[in-house]
Amino acid sequence: MSDLIAYVVTGLGLGAGYALVGSGLVAIYRVTGVVNFAQGAFAVVAAMLTSTLLAAGLPHVLSETLAVVVAAGAGVLVGLIATGEPGAALIVTLGVGVFAYAVEIVLWGDQPRSFGGLPGVLTVGDARIQAHYLLILAVTVPVFAGLALFFGRTDLGKALTACASNRYAARVVGINVRRMGLLAFALGGALGGLAGVLTTPVQQVTFDSDVTLIVNGFAAAVLGGLTRPGVALAGGLLLGVAQTLIAGFGGGAYQLEVALLLMLTVMVIQATRAGSLVGATR
Amino acid sequence: MTAVVRVEGLVVRYGGATALDGVDLTVEAGEMVALIGANGAGKSTLVKALSGLVGAEAGQVDVRGRLAQVPEGREVFADLSVDDNLRLGGWRNGRRGRDTAGIYELMPELTPLRRRPAGTLSGGQQQMVAIGRALMARPDVLVVDELSLGLAPLVVRTLVGHLTALHRERGLAVLLIEQNARLALSLCERAYVLETGRIVLSGDAAALARDPRVAAAYLGGHVAAG
Repeated sequence: MSDLIAYVVTGLGLGAGYALVGSGLVAIYRVTGVVNFAQGAFAVVAAMLTSTLLAAGLPHVLSETLAVVVAAGAGVLVGLIATGEPGAALIVTLGVGVFAYAVEIVLWGDQPRSFGGLPGVLTVGDARIQAHYLLILAVTVPVFAGLALFFGRTDLGKALTACASNRYAARVVGINVRRMGLLAFALGGALGGLAGVLTTPVQQVTFDSDVTLIVNGFAAAVLGGLTRPGVALAGGLLLGVAQTLIAGFGGGAYQLEVALLLMLTVMVIQATRAGSLVGATR
Repeated sequence: MTAVVRVEGLVVRYGGATALDGVDLTVEAGEMVALIGANGAGKSTLVKALSGLVGAEAGQVDVRGRLAQVPEGREVFADLSVDDNLRLGGWRNGRRGRDTAGIYELMPELTPLRRRPAGTLSGGQQQMVAIGRALMARPDVLVVDELSLGLAPLVVRTLVGHLTALHRERGLAVLLIEQNARLALSLCERAYVLETGRIVLSGDAAALARDPRVAAAYLGGHVAAG
């Protein structure tokens, strides 16, 4: 029983990271229609930068905040490149992701990096849980609540939704669709960066960690058809818990396999539903 | 009178295809003008050119004051509520210019629908939202692209009632772009006929309704009484 509690809490912490990466994908896809394959790179860059800033003597919180801001800026840069050439966005984001490897290796080398998180161990029943996993959840849940408020209550959030809903009409009412796209990329960058700085204390990061992050983030996001951040949160948490339970009780780490299986299952179900809808309307 | 819209020698091309070929058109302040033409004549391209959504290859588009558009097919934000649709219509006004109360006074039919997602409304209700959204921009001239398309006659009559009230009571200039020539010519003071990107006829709407060429092409061969 104590193992189960520990695995679930650990899984929720990891899953929150996937949900953040996934919701970044969703924020960008909803507004621009671009599936950003460079999404994992935001997390890696932010994590690496945090390790450098902490090593330079900057305090926690400030280091992480700066790194998230830089990730948001990187998001804008990717957005500028990806939305500049219509029709080439997918390949461009893949290219940017590969280019990010080179930059990361030059700046931080190819060895794994980590940094200390929230110290301490909590005891729940018989289970001992690293306090940092709870910190991840304590940050992620309010972030998603903030996202819901932003999209649901503010005119700027609604303007972003308007671009997602009907780009032509958004232009008709005078919304600058390109600027909104860049804002979505900034938001995606910040969410990816936040995932990186939150999860690195419990999971080392290397220049190519983006693959694991993007696969898991995509698997979380695809549950909601890449358009619903709330479902991405549920998908991420579910995925994280499934992975830690399988690793814990199954005796092996199958992170990517679990994510890929979930993703494929969801996509097959969605495709079958879409197929039956088309059949029904014929 | 002052022209709120003046188009001179407008040429718009999509790749090699010429959509508009030397179009001249004016709308005076407080005037209601019709632009009629068949599918593919270039009407929607002209709307986009007026709104700055397509560039001109030659000629000029001069819009004095604010122009707002009710696009063809309504184009509401389906996922957003009626009220959000209206608020976004005032996007250019800044936060303080997004109070929607005036629109509900003008079109009380929208009041009970204000929280409903616009995508769940009927075609007529969506058209009302599109008109209200355009009015939120506080326009001097309203360009209405295919007001009646796909709507029942009774619904069209209600919408026309709102539009003519706005025109008469507030002095709003209206450019009505319609396939339904009978409707457009009966509502407007002046009209233009657009064919394959060119204005082929223009003048007094009632006189155009009596023109045998207009009657043959757009009124099913019936010359309007008048």
